[in-house]
Amino acid sequence: MTMMRNLIGLAAGVALAGAMASGAEAQAPKKGGTLNFALSAETPHYDCHGSDTYATLHFASPFYSTLLQFDLPKYPAVKGDLAESWTIAPDQKSYTFKLHKNVTFHDGKPLTSADVKATYERLRNPAAGVVSTRKATFQDIDTIETPDPATIVFKMKAVNPAMMEHFASPWNCVYPGDKITADPQWPKTNILGSGPFKFQEHVKGSHVSGVRNDNYFRQGQPYLDGFKGTFFSQSAAMLNALQGGQVLAEFRTISSADRDRLVQAMGDKIRIEESSWTLNLLVVFNTKKKPFDDVRVRKALNMAIDRWGGSQGLARTSALRHVGGLVRPGSPYAIDPKELETFPGFQRDMAKARAEAKKLLAEAGVPNLTFVLHNRSIAQPYTPAGVFLVDQWRQIGVNVEHKQLETSPYLAGMSSGQFDVAIDFSNLFMDEPSLGLAKYVSTSKAPENRSFLESPEIDGLIAKQANMGDPKERIKVIRQAEKLILESSHQVPLLWWHRIVATNKSLMGWEMSPSHNLGQDLARVWINQ
Amino acid sequence: MGQRPDMLSYLVNRLLLTIPTLLGVAVLIFFMLRVVPGDIVEVKLRGDGGNPTQEMVEAERKRLGLDRPMHRQFADWMIGLATFDLGKSMWTEQPATEEIALRLELSLQVALMATVIAILLSIPLGTLSALLQGTWIDYAIRIFTIAGLAMPSFWLGMLTIVSLLYFFNWLPPLTYVPIYQDPWTNMAQLFWPALAVGYRYSAVVARMMRSSIIEVLNEDYIRTARAKGVYERLVVMRHAMRNAMLPVITVIGLEFAFLIGGLVVTEQVFNLNGIGRLFVQAVSRSDFTLIQALVMLSALVFILSNLVVDMLYAVFDPRIRYR
Repeated sequence: MTMMRNLIGLAAGVALAGAMASGAEAQAPKKGGTLNFALSAETPHYDCHGSDTYATLHFASPFYSTLLQFDLPKYPAVKGDLAESWTIAPDQKSYTFKLHKNVTFHDGKPLTSADVKATYERLRNPAAGVVSTRKATFQDIDTIETPDPATIVFKMKAVNPAMMEHFASPWNCVYPGDKITADPQWPKTNILGSGPFKFQEHVKGSHVSGVRNDNYFRQGQPYLDGFKGTFFSQSAAMLNALQGGQVLAEFRTISSADRDRLVQAMGDKIRIEESSWTLNLLVVFNTKKKPFDDVRVRKALNMAIDRWGGSQGLARTSALRHVGGLVRPGSPYAIDPKELETFPGFQRDMAKARAEAKKLLAEAGVPNLTFVLHNRSIAQPYTPAGVFLVDQWRQIGVNVEHKQLETSPYLAGMSSGQFDVAIDFSNLFMDEPSLGLAKYVSTSKAPENRSFLESPEIDGLIAKQANMGDPKERIKVIRQAEKLILESSHQVPLLWWHRIVATNKSLMGWEMSPSHNLGQDLARVWINQ
Repeated sequence: MGQRPDMLSYLVNRLLLTIPTLLGVAVLIFFMLRVVPGDIVEVKLRGDGGNPTQEMVEAERKRLGLDRPMHRQFADWMIGLATFDLGKSMWTEQPATEEIALRLELSLQVALMATVIAILLSIPLGTLSALLQGTWIDYAIRIFTIAGLAMPSFWLGMLTIVSLLYFFNWLPPLTYVPIYQDPWTNMAQLFWPALAVGYRYSAVVARMMRSSIIEVLNEDYIRTARAKGVYERLVVMRHAMRNAMLPVITVIGLEFAFLIGGLVVTEQVFNLNGIGRLFVQAVSRSDFTLIQALVMLSALVFILSNLVVDMLYAVFDPRIRYR
């Protein structure tokens, strides 16, 4: 684990070096001002526990606290949020957290260990009708004890090497225990946290705003008087607002072309920070549907994709950049590029690969295959990725209709199996292989695997690596799983993303990371007016 | 004599006729929505990556009343309409009227402002173009109007925004503020989309005005008026323009009705929280109640604008009598 952290820290440090070089953050924070920023999507509801989209976090994080949080300049190190201190049992079977005293919810009620317990009970064992997308993450927890209002103890069923990182997950918003006990659905439509900002208003389709929580438990924070996040449905409008100074940031990403435009227009008034990203796009084949139940068809379609060539072109117009396997390229458990080239879909000789792909389609009896590519209607990077895939498959004589849908129907279509082939996404908040590999566990156990493939062999390898303490041994098992998954081609990585965040130079204290889900509580953000 | 009572009874008759028209629309939209694919429950529960059990799906369907027989749902819809209750949005669970009211004010204002801009531009330009037919002024106006027809409003909107940013380093405000709260901010935000939409609108109307005036100027009564020595200005203003206005008013009415809910892309360009965007969201989420409410609103706007157009016919042409 230590080795992994060091390596990841090094990789992240290199990526962020440019950003930190400015030294701007060394200035003493100034108080006051309202931060206007852009949100490129609007959350369908307010419940962090049941959400899988950054739209919820960028909206809700300023209102909530979590037990721990990532220490972004030292990523992937963690630090306390509600937890003031903690101890981990030598056998890693027990975690004891001491909470900050005098923490209150925005309605003035004190936050105690009972609230944290209720929150984690909801996460790991949600009541009927409640969706907890992180239910599987906390299955290693056996019991949660609250010996006193400021102490909480998690007793584990099994050792989980990434448990501290899971406690730092930004999705684990701590809710008032009495509210979620009385109505488990309460957080979907209500906001009441203990975070740096109090909820002010959400005008649907327009904006969300918050005001400073004067009783925030961290003395002196937040620095801002408030914030206002404006929803943009078109990236051009968002860029104009950024260029015109109407918003000071959009914290997810912009494309390389947009970055160049902003730099050219704004010169030294814009700050650009870049990092590789814990996010990738996947091509998913619906194995419940013919002819995608045939491995030859899936393999052929996978082999027709020129990832190496495509990454160069797509990097100029989209957030897609890095060719990689199942684990983020450059991170400690990533596959060596040379080894990757031996798998279908990652070969460099495209003429040969496409000839082989055509042969496989003919053998499968579908030489003139036609299908619909199910995609999301967010421009970056889904649209260029979809256009790219349609073109790649056209080159082996496959006719594809590109269908883009808004986030909710897009995800609903995939989860319910109403698609042929889809562009899916893997949205991780940190570089823990188990998180990324969870998407490849059989659909009956992991609904986020939308290929509907059932493979006890793959499941076994993924489960095995999760509890292995020795990184070298763990890498070997991960490679075995990766080989099986890429050969089966039921769900394959397309390209990994590259994160580019543009912020106005007057915005200070915000910290870049390889995940757009982290560091959005805005507690340490200030405006240099 | 007799015109006012006739007009009043005509107005009452037309208003009564809106009832079966709206009823027809209500029936059509209800059944059409149930035929097209899409399920709000699937979208809601699976939409954010969740994997609900069948029991959860059934429970949600029951909660939203979607498990009941079609005729019961239809009866509820009809009873709701009769009591002016358009139901709750199945997505936000807020009353559909609230969701619409939040955006209608903005859309209505943009439509009204665009109409004013269009009228102010098109009537004088169309008339001038007709009167100076074949001159360079006519050609210049025709180029101006053809450009308006050829250029989509959203593209002109994008040009407007980029120009404001480039030349003045200024952009319209992002958040809508009602005109009665802050007239300056309100106008600063909505003038530009109204201008972008109004230009295309004015091009349509100006071309109609030009052809209509040219046609009227060839009528016998114009020749008679001129032969009687009536001043040319009076010939144009009193005889030609009044008669030429009838088809122009029709076009203005139709365009106005379209603008409520039809400005999807322009709203995106200016980041406006209007009815057009709400319509697209409702459709993509299969939010039946909200779609039904929006279609009813759209139908009502078309019916009322047609009624106003018919009323204006009588104002511009005294020969028209309503009975």
